[in-house]
Amino acid sequence: MNTRRFDALIVGGGGAGLRAALQLARSDYKVAVVSKVFPTRSHTVSAQGGITAALANVDDDRWEWHMYDTVKGGDWLGDQDAIEFMCREAASAVYELEHMGLPFSRLDNGKIYQRPFGGQSKHFGGAQATRTCAAADRTGHALLHTLYQQNIKHRTQFFDEYFALDLVRDAEGYCLGVTAISIETGEPLLIEARATLLATGGAGRVFGNSSNAMINTGDGLGMVLRAGLPLQDMEFWQFHPTGIAGVGCLITEGVRGEGGYLLNKNGERFMERYAPHAKDLAGRDVVARAIAIEIAEGRGCGAAPNQSGGDYVHLKLDHLGEKLIAEKLPGIRELAIRFAGVDPVEKPIPVAPTAHYMMGGIPTNLHGQVVAPARYGPEEPVPGLYAVGECACVSVHGANRLGGNSLLDLVVFGRAAGRHMLDYLQDNPYPRPLPDDAVDASRARLARWERPGSERVAAIAEDLRRTMQTHAGVFRTDAVLREGLEKLDELEARLAHAGLADTSRVFNTARIEALELENLVGVARATLVSAIHRTESRGAHTREDFPRRDDERWLKHTLYSRVGDQVDAKPVRLKPLTVESIRPKERVY
Amino acid sequence: MRVKFRLYRYNPETDAKPYLQDVELDIEPAGKMLLDALIAIKAQDETLSLRRSCREGVCGSDAVNVNGRNRLACITPLSELKEPIEVRPLPGLPVIRDLVVDMEPFYRQYRSIRPWLINDDPEPEVERLQSPEDRALLDGAYECILCACCTTSCPSFWWNPDTFVGPAGLLQAYRFIADSRDEATAARLDNLEDPYRLYRCRGIMSCVEACPKGLNPTEAIGRIKSLLVKRRV
Repeated sequence: MNTRRFDALIVGGGGAGLRAALQLARSDYKVAVVSKVFPTRSHTVSAQGGITAALANVDDDRWEWHMYDTVKGGDWLGDQDAIEFMCREAASAVYELEHMGLPFSRLDNGKIYQRPFGGQSKHFGGAQATRTCAAADRTGHALLHTLYQQNIKHRTQFFDEYFALDLVRDAEGYCLGVTAISIETGEPLLIEARATLLATGGAGRVFGNSSNAMINTGDGLGMVLRAGLPLQDMEFWQFHPTGIAGVGCLITEGVRGEGGYLLNKNGERFMERYAPHAKDLAGRDVVARAIAIEIAEGRGCGAAPNQSGGDYVHLKLDHLGEKLIAEKLPGIRELAIRFAGVDPVEKPIPVAPTAHYMMGGIPTNLHGQVVAPARYGPEEPVPGLYAVGECACVSVHGANRLGGNSLLDLVVFGRAAGRHMLDYLQDNPYPRPLPDDAVDASRARLARWERPGSERVAAIAEDLRRTMQTHAGVFRTDAVLREGLEKLDELEARLAHAGLADTSRVFNTARIEALELENLVGVARATLVSAIHRTESRGAHTREDFPRRDDERWLKHTLYSRVGDQVDAKPVRLKPLTVESIRPKERVY
Repeated sequence: MRVKFRLYRYNPETDAKPYLQDVELDIEPAGKMLLDALIAIKAQDETLSLRRSCREGVCGSDAVNVNGRNRLACITPLSELKEPIEVRPLPGLPVIRDLVVDMEPFYRQYRSIRPWLINDDPEPEVERLQSPEDRALLDGAYECILCACCTTSCPSFWWNPDTFVGPAGLLQAYRFIADSRDEATAARLDNLEDPYRLYRCRGIMSCVEACPKGLNPTEAIGRIKSLLVKRRV
């Protein structure tokens, strides 16, 4: 296999990968970024509403209040040391983006514009805060392009349209790089590096109705599972309350932050019943459940003549006025007109919950080092391997992520991981010898897709998305989840008999989709098994058969391993770095 | 209903030259985008290659030429298109396979304008200030998604892909020139003051018509030209 050698390797060209790459590119080390799409096509580009940091540009604010909101938003499953770190670093991470040129919207005094977002409070649970920094409703686009521009400036080496296959590790567990395939030529490639960072993003395409880009197929998670490493908290998936009904495209929480609100078919502001205090700006899990209940109980809009209620609710924002919408929510207007056929300046947008974000992922510490149970404890770093962003679980989002914390997670931990990788490279100056069988597994995986088969990849992928939508959605029970797992067994059996009708080399996207499906199946299994295991309701994981949070038994992280579908646990870190612990209490908005 | 398509097909491993393939698809066009149809066609025939990612018009992956016009497949309503719907790769760039073109000539021009903020002043501990009015100058410029619809609809780029920056690159050049925080306006203008890099633009406005985000590269190019005129007098 052709081989390239770098000091550090980043897999994934979204916000997290590019922020980490930038840290390394500014040093003397050689860094490469492998991305299956041209970097500005990464899913970060779709983030709309903003990036949260207690800048206090509009109203009093402190990072400690942001920390409290994040712990509460995550239903106390988040690790408080990591959350303190993120909220402390937030302001400097945002200022740094501004210095790089990110075109933030501005307040009259010239400072960065901030808007209210869900789950935000002042004084540890008091009045609504105004904390999310925005570039209109295109913050992710602005952030991703800015980071890409900085990487061009610093001459990062890009492998655009290369698809990563597997981690390469030696007998002692060190990560030595990855194998990949050039999408354009079909050539496999080994990229050696002393430090490798996975920043491969989410896997929301495991669900039928998703806000995610089609590329969000959990590739880094598949790589980690195949390497025998565990995934953490995979039962926790965020369903964003406001996806365009029937399509899934996201309508930012910023709409409600700017003053929009939800209505059922009776024209009732139903969130007042579910969250009397925060109303439409309660946690996303709370709002998504409320919408699902309204629809299930026949109060949805757009009912057919033979139905009592339809399958969406209305998001009203026409009262905000055309000027504000044009200034602060122009992208939303464009999306609503295109995908819902509705101009929100005049009419409400039909919305329903859509799979949006994976709180779980590859377990890491707050330096981005991947950790796994080993000889001396449950959280030993895997040498040379890092993970950051949605693919990682550090865990700052706990059981439910707050809006605006995802972009923040990318840049704070992208920077932290980049810094730690520099130290690691200094401490580990020489490449370790490559084992003889380093590329065998990847070769076998590629060879497997050269063999003919009776089943088609597209059909299995479609059935997988339908299965997960039905069996791992907003509301779950043991029976529904187990039935989903049985269906997944059948899908995996079919996958074993799948073959490609097209085995050509050049830009064969059918082959890439087959490799992606293997990753998605791993994500689906981790999700279902972890969700069956956790017999409580916490954050976004709602078990109708166990409707209460159970801190005595379940204030702990889930660790799923592929071999034997094994589930282990590790404690939640309730002790922050410097401040007082925020003790678990009832979560009400 | 049956919808008729005519697709540009070319696989360098098996085809001596490109050809147009007639395809019929059972699909209800209401509420569907062209990308939905292309994906449905690919589910039947996996050999069709195309790029796609966000499917909502913000990532810029799936720009193709549809019935003679450059568009993003994911935000082009199927019901608006006349049959047979002819889908070709973007013009003016080398075809790798089917609807996939080699974007490198386009990206090279983007990189050539030094697309990053240049400001060598010491960084303050907080944000640099920018008035809402100064920030508004970036509207219509920063939103570019690098889909190449505009640049590949420009005859000047077709004839001079190595020397003419093209509308997308020039719009991005303007984005930095217009930014009150950027200090390199003079150098940026020097970089463009060239019979080819800037002045191959003949103002025919194909780019404006092609832009799926409603941006106006011709206007930005006009502003760059007038800045150059101003500094000469």
